Amino acid sequence: MDNKLYLSASPHIHSGRSTTSIMRDVLIALLPATVAGVVIFGLRALSVIMVCVASCVLLEALYNKITKKDQTIGDLSAAVTGLLLALNLPANIPIWQCIVGSVFAIILVKCLFGGIGYNLVNPAITARVFMLVAFGSMANQAMPTIVDTVSGATPLAQMAEGESPKLLDVFLGTTGGAIGETCALALLIGFGYLLFRRIITWHIPVSYIGSVFVFSFLMEGFDPMKALTLILSGGLFIGAIFMATDYVTSPATPKGKLIFGVGAGLLTFMIRYFGIYPEGVSFAILFMNILTPYIEKLTAHKIFGGTKE
Amino acid sequence: MKKNNCLSVMLNGILKENPVLVLILGTCPTLATTTNVFGAFGMGIATLMVLICSNILISLLRKVIPDNVRIPCYIVIIAGFVTVVQMVVHAFLPELYDMLGVYLALIVVNCIILGRAEMFASKNTVVKSALDGLGMGIGFTLALCAIATVREVLGAASFGGNAIAFLSDYKIEFLVKAPGGMVVYGLMIALVGALTHGKSPKKKEFSCAGCPSAGICHANTCAEGKEEV
Repeated sequence: MDNKLYLSASPHIHSGRSTTSIMRDVLIALLPATVAGVVIFGLRALSVIMVCVASCVLLEALYNKITKKDQTIGDLSAAVTGLLLALNLPANIPIWQCIVGSVFAIILVKCLFGGIGYNLVNPAITARVFMLVAFGSMANQAMPTIVDTVSGATPLAQMAEGESPKLLDVFLGTTGGAIGETCALALLIGFGYLLFRRIITWHIPVSYIGSVFVFSFLMEGFDPMKALTLILSGGLFIGAIFMATDYVTSPATPKGKLIFGVGAGLLTFMIRYFGIYPEGVSFAILFMNILTPYIEKLTAHKIFGGTKE
Repeated sequence: MKKNNCLSVMLNGILKENPVLVLILGTCPTLATTTNVFGAFGMGIATLMVLICSNILISLLRKVIPDNVRIPCYIVIIAGFVTVVQMVVHAFLPELYDMLGVYLALIVVNCIILGRAEMFASKNTVVKSALDGLGMGIGFTLALCAIATVREVLGAASFGGNAIAFLSDYKIEFLVKAPGGMVVYGLMIALVGALTHGKSPKKKEFSCAGCPSAGICHANTCAEGKEEV
C-alpha cells in the first residue's frame, strides 16, 4: 500500500455509511412487510412489486443515459422508491398503472428535479397520491387471498360505515388495503431494525402515530381500543415509518421532526374525519414535505457565537 | 433584409417567443380549454383573430392614444373585437360556443392580447404588428393544440371528440383534470426550454418603459435590455 500522507481538514473519521448502505438497510427493513404482503395477498402482489421495482430502476437508468448524467441506480434509491410505491398499491391494480405510477415517481418527481437529494417531495408518496387521483381502481382495494374475497372495504372504510374490524386483524394485516400497509407487525419489525441501525430517529414516527392516536382517542369518546384500531389500520404505519422519514423531504432537526410528525398527524386525522377520502396519510405527508424547508428554517440551530439576524 | 425582418417577427411568436410556453402568458385559457383538441383549436383561432385585429388597430392609433389612459383604451378596443368574435362564433359555430362557454368572453382579459398591445403594437408599424399578432396567435394555437392532444389522447382516449378504441382501457383521467393540465403544461414548457436550449428570451428583452409595474419595481434586471425595433 502507498504510504502517502494525506492532509485534510477535520473530521477525519468516516462512519463508513453511504447512500447505498442506507438504502440497503431500508430495503432490509422493508423485507418483513414485503413478505407479509405477498403471504397475505398472494402472487399477484409479488408481480406488482417486481414490476414497480424493475420499472423504477430501469426508468432512472434510462433517464440518466438519455440526459448523459452519471448513473445513479447503484445507490439503490430507485429500488427503494419502487418497492415503497408497490407496497402502497393494492394487489389487484392493473400492471400498466404500476408502470405509469413509476414514470410519475421517478421521472417527474425525482429526475426532473435533479435526482436524489433534490426532489421536493417523496417520489413514492407523490406517485401514490397521483394514482389515487388518476385511477378509480385505487379505491377498490384488494382483499387478502386467505379470506376468499376479491375486493372489499378497507378497515377505515368499514369504520366509516359503522362496523368495527377486529384489532388482531388490523395488527396482523389480514384486512383489505395496499400490499405493504396492512401488516403493522411486519412494519414494526422494520421500524425496530431502522432504529437499531440508526438509520432513522424515533421523532417522526412516534410523534406522527402518537398524535393520530391522541386525536382519534379524543374524537372517539376516550375509547382506547377504537383509537388503537384506527392507528393500526390504513397506511399510517408504513407512512410514518418509511415515507415520512425520508431524509430528503423531512426536517433534519429533532424539533423540526416533532413539528413535522404532529403536523402530519393532525392533517391525517382531519382528512380521515372530515375529508372525502377515507385515508389521509399520503396527502398529509405530501403536504408536510412541501412545508419542510420552512420548518427547517424555523427550527435551525442557533450557532453559538453567531451573529444576530 | 426588411422582408426577412418581418418574417422573423412572425416566426418569433411560434417557438422562440411562444406566448404560452416561453412568455407564460394566457395561462388561464390554456389550462381551461385544453381538455379537448377541438375546443383548444377554436380557442386558439378566436384569440388569433382578436390578436391580429387589436394589434392592427392599436398600432394605427399608437400616436393618438394618450400614454396615461392607454390601458383603458386597449381594453375597449380588445373588448370590441372579442364581442365581434363571440357573436360570430355563436352564430356559426354554436357547438364551439357552448364548449368554450365563459372562456370565449374572457379573451378580453387574456394577457397575451394586452401584453402584445403593450409590448409590441404600441411601438411598431401596422404591418409588423399584424405579423406579430399572426405569429403570436399561431404560437398560441399550436401550444394549445399540443397540450390538448396530450391531455385528450392520454386522459380521455379520444381526439377532438372521436374516441380512440385501443386506448380506452388505458385512460389516465388525471390528465383531463386541472392538476393534470398543470403537469402537462409544465412538461411542455420544459420541452420548449430544452429545444431552444434555454436561450429563449427572458426578462431582458422586455423593456421597463412599457412595463405597467415600472413605477413600483426596484429590480434593475430588465433595465439592461431594450426592445429591438
